Amino acid sequence: MSKGNYISRPNRALQLYACLFLVVLYTPVLFIPLFSFNDSIYVRFPLTGFTFNWYVDLMGRDTVWKAMWNSVRVGLSVAVISTILGVLAARAITRNRMPGQNAIVAFVMLPLVIPGIIFGVALLVLFSWMGITLSLYTVGMGHMIVCMPFAVATLLPRFEGMDRSMEEASVDLGENGWWTFWRVTFPMVMPGIVASLLLTFTVSFDEFIMAFFLSSTDATLPMYIWSQLRFPREFPTVLALSSLILLVSFALVFLALWIGRLGLVDEDIA
Amino acid sequence: MATLRRSEPLRGYALLSPALLVLIIGVVVPFLILLTMSFWTRQGFDFDTTMTSANYVRTVQEPIFGAFLLRSFWVSGIATVATVLLCYPMAYYVAFHVHRNKMLWIILMTLPFWTSYLLRVFAWKVILGYEGVINASLLSMGIIEAPLEFLLYSQTAVVITLAHAWAAFAILPLYVSLEKIDRSLLEAAADLGDGPVMRFVRITLPLSIPGVIAATFLIFIPTTGDYITPALLGGPDGAMIGQLIQLQFGAVNNWPMGAALSIVLMLWIAAIAVVFVYLARRADRIAA
Repeated sequence: MSKGNYISRPNRALQLYACLFLVVLYTPVLFIPLFSFNDSIYVRFPLTGFTFNWYVDLMGRDTVWKAMWNSVRVGLSVAVISTILGVLAARAITRNRMPGQNAIVAFVMLPLVIPGIIFGVALLVLFSWMGITLSLYTVGMGHMIVCMPFAVATLLPRFEGMDRSMEEASVDLGENGWWTFWRVTFPMVMPGIVASLLLTFTVSFDEFIMAFFLSSTDATLPMYIWSQLRFPREFPTVLALSSLILLVSFALVFLALWIGRLGLVDEDIA
Repeated sequence: MATLRRSEPLRGYALLSPALLVLIIGVVVPFLILLTMSFWTRQGFDFDTTMTSANYVRTVQEPIFGAFLLRSFWVSGIATVATVLLCYPMAYYVAFHVHRNKMLWIILMTLPFWTSYLLRVFAWKVILGYEGVINASLLSMGIIEAPLEFLLYSQTAVVITLAHAWAAFAILPLYVSLEKIDRSLLEAAADLGDGPVMRFVRITLPLSIPGVIAATFLIFIPTTGDYITPALLGGPDGAMIGQLIQLQFGAVNNWPMGAALSIVLMLWIAAIAVVFVYLARRADRIAA
C-alpha cells in the first residue's frame, strides 16, 4: 500500500525529540565508565585525570574474582536449564493444542510483572520451611523463576514463525519424531536458542533482588557491589566493576537481539 | 493419525511439565507457605503457628502500613504516567517516521533495559548525589551555592529513576500498537479533509489505547513493589512498601508480618490487574 506524502514527510520536531530521548536514555549509564577512569575518589566535574588504578585495584581482589566466578556459574546453569525448559515449553505451546494453554503462558510470564521482592521472600520462606540453607543453589532457583519468561518469550516466536511443512516433509520422508526434531526443528530454531541462552545468562548475571534475599556468604557480583556501596572510599572501584559488568551485558544482549532478530517485537508476544 | 490427535494435549503437557514443575516448586508452593505464614505471629526468635489474623489487623490499624502502601502507589503512579507520556512520541516516531533500520532503533531503545537494574539505579545516584554530577557541576559553575538536596533521597529522585529504568516496558507495547494501525485509515481521513491533529486525535490515539493500557500496567505493577530504587535514592521521603517488607525479613525480623504485607501488596496488585484487564478488553472492543 502506498503511503501518503504526509506520513513519510520527515517531522523535524519528532526527530529532535527522538535523538534527545536516546541521549537521555544512555547518558546516565555512560557516567559510570566515564568516572571509573577518573583519578579521584569524588564523582564530580571537572574530571581530574585519567587512570587505570581502579581497575588494577579491582583485579587484585580475591573477593571480586570469587564473586565473578559465582555469578558465571549461576548464570551458565540457569541459562542452560531455563533455555531447555523454554524449548520444551515453546514446542508444546506451538505444536500441541492443549486446554488451558493461554493460562499456562500467562503463568510463565507472571514474574515479568509481579515485583521481584514477592518471589524473593516467598522462596526465602519456602527454603527456611524446608530447612534448606541459603547458597548459590537457592539463588539459582530464584533466577530460574526470573529467567523462564525471557526464555519462553524469546523462543515462542521462533517456534511460531517456523514453517511447519518442513517437519511434515521430514516425517513423510520417514524420519521419526526424534530425528525430525534434531535435523529439522532444532537448526531452524537455533538462533532463538542462542538468543535465549545469551539473554537468560545476562538476566541472571545482572540480577540483584533474588540474590539479595536468597544468597548467604557466597556473593554474586551485584551482591558484591551492593555490599561495597556503603563505603564512600570504595566508590571508584565499584564504578570500575560496574563498567565491566555493563560492557559484558551490552555486548551479550546486542548479540542476542541481533541473532534472535527481536522476535519479541515482531510478533505480538510482548 | 487419530491416536496421534488424541494424545496431542497429553504430549503437550508432558513437554511442559518440567517448566511447570519449576514454577510450582518456585512460585505456587512458596506462595502458599507465605500465605500460611502471614497468619502466624512472631514469638521471640520463633513463630507461633496458631492461625490468627493479627498481622492483617495491624496492617489496617497502624497508619504506617497504609501510608507506605499509598505512597508506593502514588510514586509509581507518577513514574508510570511520566514514562508513558515521554515514551509515546518516541514509539510514534519509530512506528511512523522510521522506514529503514527500524530494528536497529528498537534495539537501541531497549538495550539499556537488559543491563543490570541495580547499575542503572546506581548511575542515577552518581548523577543526583550531593557530590554527584549535577550538584558538583552547578556548584563549580557558580549557579547554586549549596547542593540541591531535593535531588537525592526524595520522591523526585525515585520518580526520575523509575521513569528512566522502565522506559523499555512502555516503548515496546506502545510501538506494537502504533505499528499495527492500518495506514489506509489515515489516508482515508486525510482524503476526507482531516488535518494532522484531527487524524491523530480521531484515529491514531484511540487505536493506540490498548498499547497505552498495556504500558501503564507493565510499569505500574512491578514498580509499586520496587526495592532497589527507593532503597538507594528514596531516603525517608521516598521510602516504599518494598523496603517495609524487606525490613520485616531483615532487621525487624518479623517474618509473619512481612508475609502479611507481601500478601496485602499482592491482593492490591491483583485488584489493579483486574481493572486493567477490564479496561484493556473495553479498549480492544472499541479499537476493533
